[in-house]
Amino acid sequence: MSGLMNELLPNVQWWELGSATWDTALMVGGSLLFIVAFGLPLGVLLFLTGKRQPLAQPAVYGVVSFVVNVLRSVPFIILLIVMIPVTVLIVGTSLGVAGVIPPLVAAGTPFFARLVETSLREVDRGVIEAAEAMGATTPQIVFGALLPEALPGIIAGVTVTAITLVSYAAMAGVVGGGGLGDLAIRYGYQRFQTDVMIVTVILLVVLVQLLQMLGDRLVLYFSRR
Amino acid sequence: MIEFQGIDKTYEIEDRRIEALRDVSLDIRPGEVFGIIGHSGAGKSTLLRMINLIERPSSGRVRVNDRDVTDYRNERLRTLRRETGMIFQHFNLLSSKSVRANVAFPMKLAGGYSRGQIRERVDSLLERVGLAGQADKYPAQLSGGQKQRVGIARALACRPGILLCDEATSALDPQTTQSVLQLLADLNEELGITVVLVTHEMDAIRRICHRVAVMDDGAVVESGDTAEVFLHPRHPTSRRFVFEREHVDEDERRDDFHNVEGRIIKLTLRGEATYTPILGELARETGVDFSILSGRVDHIRNTPYGQLTLSMVGGDVDEALRRLDAEDVHVEVVRR
Repeated sequence: MSGLMNELLPNVQWWELGSATWDTALMVGGSLLFIVAFGLPLGVLLFLTGKRQPLAQPAVYGVVSFVVNVLRSVPFIILLIVMIPVTVLIVGTSLGVAGVIPPLVAAGTPFFARLVETSLREVDRGVIEAAEAMGATTPQIVFGALLPEALPGIIAGVTVTAITLVSYAAMAGVVGGGGLGDLAIRYGYQRFQTDVMIVTVILLVVLVQLLQMLGDRLVLYFSRR
Repeated sequence: MIEFQGIDKTYEIEDRRIEALRDVSLDIRPGEVFGIIGHSGAGKSTLLRMINLIERPSSGRVRVNDRDVTDYRNERLRTLRRETGMIFQHFNLLSSKSVRANVAFPMKLAGGYSRGQIRERVDSLLERVGLAGQADKYPAQLSGGQKQRVGIARALACRPGILLCDEATSALDPQTTQSVLQLLADLNEELGITVVLVTHEMDAIRRICHRVAVMDDGAVVESGDTAEVFLHPRHPTSRRFVFEREHVDEDERRDDFHNVEGRIIKLTLRGEATYTPILGELARETGVDFSILSGRVDHIRNTPYGQLTLSMVGGDVDEALRRLDAEDVHVEVVRR
């Protein structure tokens, strides 16, 4: 068996592949935690201050919305490099997995915040009105009605964000971040080791599939419609 | 109980001024079922939302329980809203929460109730609205009528003194509408809760409202006892609401009578009189012959009524009319 594997995939170093998978998982998982922690409140803020919403604040909405749009329009590879000084300030290094997480968070947070805002807008206005009519305070509306009603949409947003992070993380090689994408570029593309490229791409496909399936399951579980 | 004093409401939408309410004054008494009827866009839902200040008037005052609430904000506003239940056309239940959690929601928002108290109250409310045993279902698993019953239970959770109903039966089929209206009437009697019902269906008004206001284009055009407005509508909008139920255009029908002989009169009987053989006696004793041109016999709340348009020929018609008057029958001469 292993003989056949070596013959078909002569250049694949399995331990290196394993550690690259682990690095990708760390980058995606680690940044996702921060993205949800920052993006969820930001999305709620965008929603609440938007037009015809409970706390409509055109000025606040305008500023936050603009910053979000700017961050979203900078290509990730450029963000990765531009952010190096900030990254060093935050995690003490701009290299490796730790060095990639701040730029991933900076790119993913506005993306996720927009998805949160959209799914909050999907919540039936009547439900918010009903909560208002019951004498709910704004925090009570957010935590008691808005977030529970939007939960399936928000989970779908986390899934989309996680999958986007997988492809962003592939550029981590630029700062020596490692991971599957980096492996595919260094060995598969730059050294013409097609077998390594194919195996890493297959692993990435499997990873994305798993994330999507997990997300779909959770959405289904939390949908009561 | 609830007083609107000279309420105006104007919206500015893209430089256009829209007058949603114009100088509306109304007085809703404690413990009554008060109906507000109007076509869509007449301003009735906007008016209803001023009772719990989901909408605020541009000018005029709103008084609830002898307090001017127009400028209430923050804690006082929330207290007012907790003392006022509300149900909606599309129920507005939380789809992510079970029936039990939906009914418990306002109690949790209000705070100050123990788990045991909430559980007990939710159980008794669900029992009362006929949903015992459905507590662990989710709204998506219920029919429209059941959803509205959950809405009613939720609205009553904090024992409000007022129940606002915004087109609460408009999304339901006729049978379900009837049972939900009956539930509202029963709750009004049992709890003494004041019910304000906004609708575009005259039938809902006729079944359960003590008094009614008819709205047209942001203004109240007629108001009074349901029986009075229903049997003798004065404003064209009220007439349209009353007669559209029977698919009769009254004016058209009047023209139909041009080839009918004799005098044409319209009789209105109310209460017990509806079922007494007044007309038979009358025909025997005055020698008047009559034919029925149109008529309706039904109930307003629990009081029966009959309204008949007759043509009378022969005999002593004047004597017949005098006798009808003496019998406490309302007589309107349509044609001499």
